This record gives sequence, structure tokens and C-alpha cells, in this order.
Amino acid sequence: MTDPYDVIVVGAGIVGAACARACAAQGLTTLVVDAAGVGGGATAAGMGHIVVMDDSPAQLALTRRSQQLWGALAAELPSKVEFEPRGTLWVAADEEEMQEVRRKQVVYSAAGVRTEVLDAHSLAAAEPQLRPGLAGALLVPSDAVLYPPAAAAYLIHQAMDLGARMLPSQRVVAAGRGQVRMEDGSSLSASRIVNACGAGAISLLPELPIRKRRGHLLITDRYPGFVHHQLVELGYLKSAHSVAGASVAFNVQPRQTGQVLIGSSREFGEEDAAINHTLLAAMLRRAQSYLPRIGALKTIRVWTGFRAATPDKLPLIGPWPDDPSLLLATGHEGLGITTSLATGELVAAEIAGVKPEIPAQPYLPARFLDGSRAASQQGLFEEAAHD
Amino acid sequence: MTQIFDTLVIGAGPAGMAAAIAAAESGQRVGVVDDNPAPGGQVWRHGTPLPNAGRRWKGQFEAAPAVRLAGWRVIDCLRLAPDGGVLRAECNTPSVPAADLHFRHLILATGARERFLPFPGWTLPNVMGVGGLDAMVRGGLPIAGKRVVVAGTGPLLLAVAAHLIKRGAQVVAICEQASLAQMAPLGLALLRQPGKLRQGAAYRWATRKTPFLTHCWPLAALAEPGADDHRDPGTQPRLRTVTLHRNERQWNVACDYLACGFHLVPNTELATLLGCQMQDGFVVTDQQMRTSTPGVWCAGEPTGIGGVDASLLEGRIAGLSAAGKSEAALSLSQRRPAIQAFTQALEHACRLNPRLRDLAAEETTVCRCEDVHMGALRERSSARDARLHTRCGMGPCQGRICGAATEFLFGWLPDPARPPIFPALVSSLMEEAAAGSPAQPEIDSR
Ligand SMILES: Cc1cc2nc3c(=O)[nH]c(=O)nc-3n(C[C@H](O)[C@H](O)[C@H](O)COP(=O)(O)OP(=O)(O)OC[C@H]3O[C@@H](n4cnc5c(N)ncnc54)[C@H](O)[C@@H]3O)c2cc1C
Ligand SMILES: Cc1cc2nc3c(=O)[nH]c(=O)nc-3n(C[C@H](O)[C@H](O)[C@H](O)COP(=O)(O)OP(=O)(O)OC[C@H]3O[C@@H](n4cnc5c(N)ncnc54)[C@H](O)[C@@H]3O)c2cc1C
Repeated sequence: MTDPYDVIVVGAGIVGAACARACAAQGLTTLVVDAAGVGGGATAAGMGHIVVMDDSPAQLALTRRSQQLWGALAAELPSKVEFEPRGTLWVAADEEEMQEVRRKQVVYSAAGVRTEVLDAHSLAAAEPQLRPGLAGALLVPSDAVLYPPAAAAYLIHQAMDLGARMLPSQRVVAAGRGQVRMEDGSSLSASRIVNACGAGAISLLPELPIRKRRGHLLITDRYPGFVHHQLVELGYLKSAHSVAGASVAFNVQPRQTGQVLIGSSREFGEEDAAINHTLLAAMLRRAQSYLPRIGALKTIRVWTGFRAATPDKLPLIGPWPDDPSLLLATGHEGLGITTSLATGELVAAEIAGVKPEIPAQPYLPARFLDGSRAASQQGLFEEAAHD
Repeated sequence: MTQIFDTLVIGAGPAGMAAAIAAAESGQRVGVVDDNPAPGGQVWRHGTPLPNAGRRWKGQFEAAPAVRLAGWRVIDCLRLAPDGGVLRAECNTPSVPAADLHFRHLILATGARERFLPFPGWTLPNVMGVGGLDAMVRGGLPIAGKRVVVAGTGPLLLAVAAHLIKRGAQVVAICEQASLAQMAPLGLALLRQPGKLRQGAAYRWATRKTPFLTHCWPLAALAEPGADDHRDPGTQPRLRTVTLHRNERQWNVACDYLACGFHLVPNTELATLLGCQMQDGFVVTDQQMRTSTPGVWCAGEPTGIGGVDASLLEGRIAGLSAAGKSEAALSLSQRRPAIQAFTQALEHACRLNPRLRDLAAEETTVCRCEDVHMGALRERSSARDARLHTRCGMGPCQGRICGAATEFLFGWLPDPARPPIFPALVSSLMEEAAAGSPAQPEIDSR
């Protein structure tokens, strides 16, 4: 057996990559293990929207911190990462949603995020493809778009420059008590282990309160200038457009290649990667209701991905109370590309024993183990499904 | 639009036509989808001059009572069960909305496409596929007096060279990558196929003034004689010279066109989308051409590259079997072994020389859609890894061209098919599948 590592990160998605980079930067000897390669899980399926969200103060703190970290990294990202400060337009369809625009502006501004309210006229000027008659939008200029697998590869690359090692094509079958055991029977030891397996984290720790939430995306051929910002409907927050327990929302992104990425859908209880045609059709009709000419674009590919959802929509970051050697960095749902950097920062701070930049408490896994351990996690999810 | 069929055939090449004829004869309500306006597939699509067999089969097909969806392309499968399913198809005319095709039995006769391998200069204008140049000439490209090098591997080289010569082209060389020894079993198999032998002999007679060089391949296509591609910006580089390689010798040949194709690869996107079992890149079938997916048959090139006769036979077997005439299908399938022996000999003869892997230089383009170079691919571990980190195969051809190349170059298996299996309008994916029982289609019987 080789010398023990300070840290073994299991999973080389964008979250594991960010953890490895942050740990290596703390001077910790770090190994990353992945069953496949770098960024091939949810990271290869996600939209790559770097976005500040305010479902809760804790979500706002984590996304805000992450967005700042991405902004600081932007200048050094290689062109393959396709980082573009496109900004988000939260599109308001009517006066009720305009009130939400103004509420959001107050909250964002209190968190130090600059925003701009667009009226109907300036929205139409900013995005001529949008249907006429929309009420306006909230522009968040500091939001960005990137290509997640390349971003993960860059973070791993940086970790390796700082001395970390990467072990691809090794499935981990057990991780805990300072030991990581591989499918081929070999094992490695480390002072601390980080489970960053995304939605796969439950295979190593079945009691985690994580469920897979499937999403569909569609990418088109190249239509440069079709849209300019990431466009998201404010109805997204209400999750209003429900189809048989699943929901769709208008969420469209311009890629640096000129391609248009169309989302999004959310559904629980689906384990396979197949396309749900009914949901896909509903998602596209929703997009068409905002962008009437989108039907004329050519589709290159449709795919699905799995978000790792927790009952309270906040990730699990920090020590696992039952095993002092084990930390979690999973449960990032639909925001893991954004929040990977702040997650890495929190994990490294915990392991190195330094004070984190933002309070770690809201994300600690222990929050689900307080009181009776069996407190129906199912029940927690059912509550969450209503919002 | 929604249409319902007993038997739905995808592809109107030889296999698809034979399948449709057999099923329609048996009283089935038959639909045939092909993305081309004219039936006939790769060999018989282009009108003139059509061999007798082609004329006969096309005539029979046109006379058969079947609904022909010409200029339609299957893009997705919406539903699949042992007793039938629904495919979605898109029309070449963008104003026509997508259609849902309901079927009880499905016959895949989707044919094959040419394989391209990257070498320096293969993306220059006037370097094209062997079948590709042939089709362009049939479509009116003037070729008389032009110097053409025909290269690659497979029987297509000789057939196309013969046709180009007939049209007045000056075919300078036919370069077959296989060695003579490698082709010997094919020669033997041909002896048992008098028709093919006669055809081959006729092609060779037609090309007798052109050297047929075995164990010979292009090293590079150059835009200037002997020089690489350096010119004033703005002017289109044009093919001038091809560097050929044979027995450790290399030399330059001046030419106007290089027709280069390395045999065929089957179109199996739809079969893989439907979960049909595959082996070595081909769809596995039983004697009646049934795939592992209940209710789905497969005939022609996706089961093995065997040429027109194999496709016709397999198509007919599949059509009979889908119509419930298992005995007739089984009795016909007794003729398959002889044809399969030819398919195997052909496969052996077209096996690619490993040295062709070294043709591409670091800066040679492998994926044309996304401009990915050989050098960027070497460090990748799989087709998916390459797609994610270099964009190889992410473009509008959906990896159809570079996928066959990277499979040979690096041994990467293609990714599982994802809908749409061809680039399709966003609007074509916007409709839900109609659940009710739609109107019966009109049968086009003449
Ligand atoms: C449709 C969709 C759209 C999205 N859009 C956005 C967006 O716009 N912005 C945003 O911020 N987020 C978005 N997300 C969310 C984001 O993609 C995820 O939160 C993020 O990718 C999670 O990263 P991860 O590293 O935790 O997981 P993954 O990327 O899934 O990485 C986990 C890794 O662990 C490895 N692994 C798993 N089990 C094992 C094992 N036993 N042994 C070894 N290795 C193992 C896997 O191979 C994988 O590489 C989206 C998600 C989806 C599905
Ligand atoms: C360029 C070329 C030239 C050839 N020349 C000769 C020759 O001279 N002599 C010879 O013996 N053999 C030749 N072959 C081989 C010969 O074409 C095949 O043996 C024969 O055509 C196979 O018949 P098939 O029905 O299996 O496929 P094909 O003839 O390829 O027909 C399949 C048809 O299905 C259509 N199709 C595929 N997918 C879909 C979809 N999803 N939706 C709708 N339509 C679809 C295709 O467009 C095509 O028209 C040639 C092959 C090629 C590629």
C-alpha cells in the first residue's frame, strides 16, 4: 500500500474537481478518483449557466460567492471553457411577474449584486426574438455561461499543477473510515475522503437524503445572434408548468459556438437516461411561447441528465457525522456548475481547519440527522415538491 | 399527420423495395419511408443508365400497393412495444409538419454510407467520396476530360471508375489499399457468383487503360504541385496533386479530382435507437431477418455489406416474415449462405491496412463539422471523452463521418444513438404523439 493521502476526492465532476483544486491549494496531498474520466457525469449534461439565485438566503450566499470566484477566474480560463459574461435576463410576462422583478432587485442589491430592470421596450430591444407583449425583465449582468466539462478539466489540471493526482477509470465501491476501496479490489487510505459523486453519491452512502431529478436539454445547430443573454422565465420560480408531476420552464442559452441550448425540465422518479417525449414536447412548446421562431431552428441532439436533489434545495457540504474521515460535496441539484467553486472552498477550509469565506453551517449534512434520524426523508421531499 | 401501417419499411433501396413488395403482395398495409425523392437507394436512385434488374425492381416497386413517403426521414421513435410502435418522420419540405407513423411490424432497410479516413488534404475541394463523385456526375457535374484518381477500398472503386470513364473522364489511377493476397478469397467467392463476376470483368474491361494498383493508397492531397497549402488569403485552395504510396515508394500524380472512399459502413442509428442487438457494428438477425427487438426486422447493408443481391434477398425474406409467411421466408433464407460467403469475403478484402492509421498528421482535420485535429484526439480515451473535451462528432453530421474514422484510428466504439437521429427542426419535436386511432391512410395503388 502506498503512503496515505491527506485527501481522496471520489468523483471528478465539476464539484470534485473544484474540491481537489482547493485542497491542493491548501497544500494537502490530494488524489481524485473517478469511475470514468473528468466531467462525464451531470457535469457533461448541465447547461453551464453561472447564476445567482435567491430561493433562500443560504442559496444566495453560496451562488453569490461562487459567481465572484468564477468572475475572478475568468481571465485565466482557457478558450475551451467558453466562458462568456452573457448576463441573465429574468423575463417577466406580466405585471405580477414585474413585481417579482422588483422584489428580486432589492434582494440582489442587498447581497451586492448589481442588476438592472428592463421595461417592455428595452427588453424587446435587447432580445428581438422574444414575443411581443412581455412586461420586462431583470438583467443580472454578472451572470455568465461556460462549457462545464472543459471547466472541470481545467480545475483538475490546476489541481495537478498544485501536486494533486488523478486516477481515472476506477470505480469506488466503498469509501469511509479512511479507506477507499476500488472495484478491482485495491484500496487506498487517506485522512479525509470527499464523496463528490453527484447523484451517484447514494451508491456509496444509501442513507443520504438525495434523489435524482432528471432534466432534458436540446442543442441546435449554429445561429449566432439568435439570442444574446441567458433567458429564463420568472415562472421558473413558481415551477408553474406542470406535466404529470414533472415541470418545464423556459430557459434558453446562447453558446459561444452560436448554438442555442434549450431547457429545461424537472422530474423525479426516473432512473434511466431515455427521453420523455411528452415532457420534451412540452418543454419546447414552452420555449416557443417566448421565442416564436425557435421551431425553425435545427436540432442536433437531445439528452438528459440527473441533478442530485436534496429536500431543502441546498447541497450537502461538510463532514458526515457518522464518520469523522468522510466529507460530502454533493446534492447541488440544478446549480452545481455555479456552486462548485464555493463548495471547494468550504471543503478545503474544513479539512485545513481554517475559517471559510461564508458560513458553512447551512450546508452541513448534519442538518438532516438532527433529532430522529428516521424523520421521514420522503416527507421532506414531498414538502419540497410543492414549491 | 398520422398514418397507420401493418408493415412500415424504412429505406427504399434494394432491400426496402424488395421488403415492401413482398409485404404488399401478402396483403399488408405497407408504408415506405425514404429521405430521397426517388426510390432505388445508393445503386438505383440515379436514373440513367439503369441496369435491367434495377429497372425491373423499380417498376415492381412503383406498381406495388404501398404508401410511399418519399423525401421523408425518420428522426425518432416515440413508442415501441412488441405489438407495434410509433416513429416520427420529418419531410424535406420544411413547411410540411412532422408525421407520426404507427406500425405493427417495422423493417429497417437503412443501407450504408461511405467511410472516409483522414489524410493531409482530404478536406480540399474536389477531394470527395467515390460514391459522392459518382452521384455528382450523375447529377450533371461535367467530368469529360478531367483527370481523376480513384482511391480507397472496395468494389465501388472499379464500378465508379468505369462509369467516370464512360462519361469521358481521364481516370489516372485506381488505388486499392488491399493487397492482392488479401483479395484472393473474394476472387474465389466471385467464381460462385457468375453475375457478379461478369459485372466485375466488364468494369475491368472498361477501365483497362487505367492502372489498377493494389496495396496502394493516397498519402496526401496537395493544393499546389509538391507544395503544401500556402497561398494568398482569399483564393480557394484547389486540388492539384495526389501523393500516392505503394510498396515503400511514393510519387505525385497531377489530377483535378480525387475520389476516395474506404468501403461502406452501415447506417445503424435507428437500429441502435430501437435497442437491436449489434455485433461488430452490424445488426444481428435470425434466419427470418428478425432483430432482437420484437416486431423489428432488418435487411440489407445494416446486417452486413453484401451488395445488391444480398439486399434484395434479405428484403424479400423480411417482407414475407413480417407478413406472417414464415415458411416462405425460411425457405428463401436457404439461399443466404452462398451470399453470406460473398459478404464475408468482401469484408476480408476490404479490411483496412493498419498503416492507414498513420496517414493523418497532427494538424490533419478529423472532424470536419467542428474542425478537430488529429493531435487533439490522441490523448482522449473514448468517443464520448473526445466529444466532451474536443467537440469531435458534435456537429450537424452527428459523428456519422468522423465516427467511422475514429473507430478505425483509435478503436473507439460509437456512442449510443440519441434522438433525433438526423438533425431535425425543433418544431418536429414539439408535438406529442397522437394517442387515438387516426384515419386509415390512403393506399396508393396503381
Ligand atoms: C439538465 C441539467 C441542466 C443543468 N444546468 C445547470 C446550470 O445551468 N447551472 C448550474 O450551475 N448547474 C446546472 N445543472 C446542475 C449541474 O450539472 C450539477 O449540479 C453538477 O454538474 C454536479 O456536479 P458533480 O461534480 O457533483 O456531479 P457529476 O458531474 O455527476 O460528477 C460525479 C462524478 O462522480 C463519478 N462517480 C460516481 N460514482 C462513482 C464511484 N462509485 N466511483 C468513482 N467515481 C464515481 C462520476 O463518474 C462523475 O464523474 C444542470 C443539471 C442538469 C441535469
Ligand atoms: C455510394 C454507393 C454506391 C454503390 N454502388 C454500388 C454498385 O454500383 N453496385 C453494387 O452492387 N453495390 C453498390 N453499392 C452498394 C449498394 O448500394 C448496396 O448493396 C445496396 O444499395 C444496399 O441496399 P440497401 O437497401 O441495404 O441500402 P441503400 O441502397 O443504401 O438504401 C437505404 C435507403 O434508406 C434511406 N434511409 C436511411 N435511413 C433512413 C431514415 N432514418 N429515414 C428515411 N430514409 C432512410 C437512405 O437514404 C437510402 O435511400 C453502393 C453503395 C454506395 C454507398
